[in-house]
Amino acid sequence: MDALFSQLFAGVSLGSVLLLVALGLALTFGQMGVINMAHGEFMMAGAYTAFVVQHVVSNAGLSLLIALPLGFLAGGLLGLLLEATLLRRMHSRPLDTLLVTFGVALVLQQLARDIFGAPNVDVRAPAWLQGAVLDTTIPKTRLFILVLAVVAVSLLALALKLTPLGRRIRATVQNRDLAEASGISTTSADRITFFLGSGLAGIAGVALSLLGSIGPTLGTNYIVDAFLVVVVGGIGQLKGAVIAAFSLGVVQATFEYSTTASLAKVLLLVAIIAFLQVRPQGLVALRTRSLA
Amino acid sequence: MNPALKTWAGFGGAAVLLFAVAPAALSDFRLNLLAKFLCLAMVAVGIGFAWGRGGMLVLGQGVFFGLGGYLMAMHMKLADAGPGGVPDFMLLYGNGVLPGWWEPMRSPVVTVLAILVLPAALALVLGYAVFRRRVRGAYFAILSQALAAAFALLLIGQQTVTGGTNGLNGFRSFFGYDLADPLNKQTLYYICAGVLLAMVAGVRLLMNSRYGELLVAVRDQENRVRFLGYDPALIKAGAYALAACFAAVGGALFTPVAGIISPADVGVVPSISLLIGVAIGGRATLLGPVIGSIAVSWAETGLSERFPSIWTYFLGGLFIVVVAFLPNGLASLTFRRRPSPATGKQTQPATSVDLPATSGGHP
Amino acid sequence: MPHSSKSTRRSAVTIALAAALALSACGAKAGESGSAAPAESCVDTSGSAVKIGFLNSLSGTMAISEQTVRDSLDLAAAEINADGGVLGKQLQIVAEDGASEPTVFAEKADKLISSDCVAAVFGGWTSSSRKAMLPVFESKNSLLFYPVQYEGLEASKNIFYTGATTNQQIIPGMDYLKEQGKSKVFLVGSDYVFPRTANKIINAYAKANGIEIVGEEYAPLGHTDFATIVNKLKASGADAVFNTLNGDSNVAFFKEYKNVGLKAETVPVVSVSIAEEEVGGIGVENIEGQLTAWNYYQTVKSAENETFVKAFKAEYGAGRPTSDPMEAAYTSLYLWKAMVEKADSFDVAAVQTAADGVTFDAPEGTVTVNGENHHIAKTAYIGKIDQDGLIYPVWESEGAIEPDPFLKGYDWAAGLS
Repeated sequence: MDALFSQLFAGVSLGSVLLLVALGLALTFGQMGVINMAHGEFMMAGAYTAFVVQHVVSNAGLSLLIALPLGFLAGGLLGLLLEATLLRRMHSRPLDTLLVTFGVALVLQQLARDIFGAPNVDVRAPAWLQGAVLDTTIPKTRLFILVLAVVAVSLLALALKLTPLGRRIRATVQNRDLAEASGISTTSADRITFFLGSGLAGIAGVALSLLGSIGPTLGTNYIVDAFLVVVVGGIGQLKGAVIAAFSLGVVQATFEYSTTASLAKVLLLVAIIAFLQVRPQGLVALRTRSLA
Repeated sequence: MNPALKTWAGFGGAAVLLFAVAPAALSDFRLNLLAKFLCLAMVAVGIGFAWGRGGMLVLGQGVFFGLGGYLMAMHMKLADAGPGGVPDFMLLYGNGVLPGWWEPMRSPVVTVLAILVLPAALALVLGYAVFRRRVRGAYFAILSQALAAAFALLLIGQQTVTGGTNGLNGFRSFFGYDLADPLNKQTLYYICAGVLLAMVAGVRLLMNSRYGELLVAVRDQENRVRFLGYDPALIKAGAYALAACFAAVGGALFTPVAGIISPADVGVVPSISLLIGVAIGGRATLLGPVIGSIAVSWAETGLSERFPSIWTYFLGGLFIVVVAFLPNGLASLTFRRRPSPATGKQTQPATSVDLPATSGGHP
Repeated sequence: MPHSSKSTRRSAVTIALAAALALSACGAKAGESGSAAPAESCVDTSGSAVKIGFLNSLSGTMAISEQTVRDSLDLAAAEINADGGVLGKQLQIVAEDGASEPTVFAEKADKLISSDCVAAVFGGWTSSSRKAMLPVFESKNSLLFYPVQYEGLEASKNIFYTGATTNQQIIPGMDYLKEQGKSKVFLVGSDYVFPRTANKIINAYAKANGIEIVGEEYAPLGHTDFATIVNKLKASGADAVFNTLNGDSNVAFFKEYKNVGLKAETVPVVSVSIAEEEVGGIGVENIEGQLTAWNYYQTVKSAENETFVKAFKAEYGAGRPTSDPMEAAYTSLYLWKAMVEKADSFDVAAVQTAADGVTFDAPEGTVTVNGENHHIAKTAYIGKIDQDGLIYPVWESEGAIEPDPFLKGYDWAAGLS
């Protein structure tokens, strides 16, 4: 029973990691149609931010709290730069954004290697995040990430729903021309969306530094998984990404417990391909009358 | 000049370059290296067709490249082991029993047929299934990428029957010919060159055929093609299967040339690397993918050993600039109306192709 | 465009194919006499310098580790050159990047031998890189010095293995756990050839020595979510862990291990792929008190080691630790020098003949080349990771252990190879 519970939590926790990683993508890919392969490298930027902050502020707890907003800024600003220089001119070519951002990812990885050196670096977890919660086998870091993911997704959902900015973003997503005609600046809506999405990648990077080490290839390990979450969830709505992330997490952990880690991954990928046969539009789809 | 004549001249020039100039000018080692690049270029021809002409961003060609390569490697391993023998690595790491699905690869005929048919059939079935459900654009790209990830993981995990991360290597003979003999290595080069030329010629025929025009029509306006009574899914799956077949043949020849095939050659990153040359050369042109892919491979070998860091910046930067600003690749720079494949290295008149296509893959 | 000249196009194909066939005058069939003769060596030893090749990954995932090996190879070469070279000839280094890909290793090895004509090559790290290079060195009849501990079951006459084979690292590690009274061991490793082979040996060892293997888990290379594997570990009731994880995975594993409340005092982890330079990346606080099995640590006490550590730090900075693979690489260059001097020739066959019994007073202690299997006799050390990030020996084997890559000297290992 105890093992079952820990395993269930492992799945939920993996889901929360996937959600944090994929949330930004759900925004940029889901809302804007931009396939940002450099999303993983924005995470890497966030993780290195955590490393640098800890170098300056040696108190692990304080540095984590400072790193979260700074990581958001680091990822967000990189995203803003990418949007303003390259992606802006590629709205009509979504597939090409995938290639361009892959090139950007290559360059960013090499940049990290040249700045921070090839060896991985480590970020210390604060004392209040070490060990397990009370007598259970739930690690405090994982609980922290779960809470972080839930907070991030709630704030984002509220912002999209309630603020004027969110309304502008949603309008742009649903009908770009009509939004433009109604006086909404779609350029700035795009830019803000991309800033938010990339910033979320930065936050995910800071969170991941609590679980593993930080290296130039941190992002590549997660990018395929992140895209799968968005694809399974269905584009256009955050709800889909949330459900998809937690389902994939639990399914992967269950497969992994009953088989091996490698085989679990293969099974999961095959399951996803099969799932998209049944529901090519993902779990939650925007209903439209277009032929797409 | 008459376009047909131009095609002829371009083709002849390429043949002279590959069959006369290169073998005379290059050492055995460099020639073998070129043979390797030609194998990668075969994959590029297929990508150029499926992506440039069909608008399908195939991110997982490593799967088919790997299938071809592994099928060939299985045959060579079994041939080296002798009749009834078991490959060395199975004795070392496994229980020394040959799995049943390895058995058919003892026959050279079955192997060649399998290389030509299996990957293409897999692509046809998979492609038809997903295209019928109207999975396309980014979804298809990500799906094919996931396939590459799953394939590499599967190969790594089944060490006792696939060689795991080590892959398969240490081949001594290729259909009975000793691979240590330089003369045989040279023959292998000629085979690669011949096959590549044949593929280019084949694609050229297809591009100008009724099917080729339908494919471009599907890429640009899928719904209109459907309303005309065609089945776009079948048209696309056909192009996908052809690209898969080319990739498999490339992989099958790559294995004896490089002397190894391993999961590092089939996963997500190598699959995307295969695309880079195509994008830089010009995806929708006939020779752009070939020349782009050979040039990138060549430059990579030459530059990466001296400046690994600068090389990455250069390749990444070039890739970004080309895709963002020159969607038709460097080919679109040379001639305005008839994008020629020449990248400056080649001076003879090159093959003409149809009008430059617009960027692939509209939603 | 007019749809013309279909026939001409077809004939172009025909001509190309015909040309391919015509030009492909057949070479030797496999097994024909004469075909097995190795290629003529093009090594040039007439001048005042001799070329050698260094082949390590400077890019890709393995660059982290292999760069350190390259550094110590460079150090050894500089020392040897300052000391008058080998047989009076200065070493001229041809450096190549293996890019962490087996295919590239095979290609670059070929280039070093056939195009650069080097007398010997030093490098490689992963098993897959070695396996990829092996046929190249055998068919071109050249020499490779491979400096990393590995899974054994191999002995090529064209390779000298200066790292540990299994009976110099894995088995001493298990011996130590047995001595400590551990009876339930959990195995965790990355999914590739070294961990799988090592664990096969450990399973056989355990069976013969009354130790129970309570779990065996593999994670894909680069895997960073260890919640499930650590759950399995905790539920298994293991009293020790044998860890063959590689690279980044170690960090995620040890963080998870610590977070679920496992401790080095009660469930120690013996690692065979964590050396001094990895400790910093994992974070000392995560692995303090854990065990490692190697044949060298920076803290080994000997005059040779003092000189080596001092020279290394003077060259690359005081913050850089020295580790087992670095030391094995450093030693490999000196061993090659000793072999060449004994043979009085750079010729491959002469070096192979001279190799047996060549010794070198290495930083790890005196090592001796076994002429039969081309491995070297080494002392095994179990070390404990300390607060300062260094590893201190807590146990050592009685003298140097003779290499036994096929474990022929162990009854329980019958049938493993």
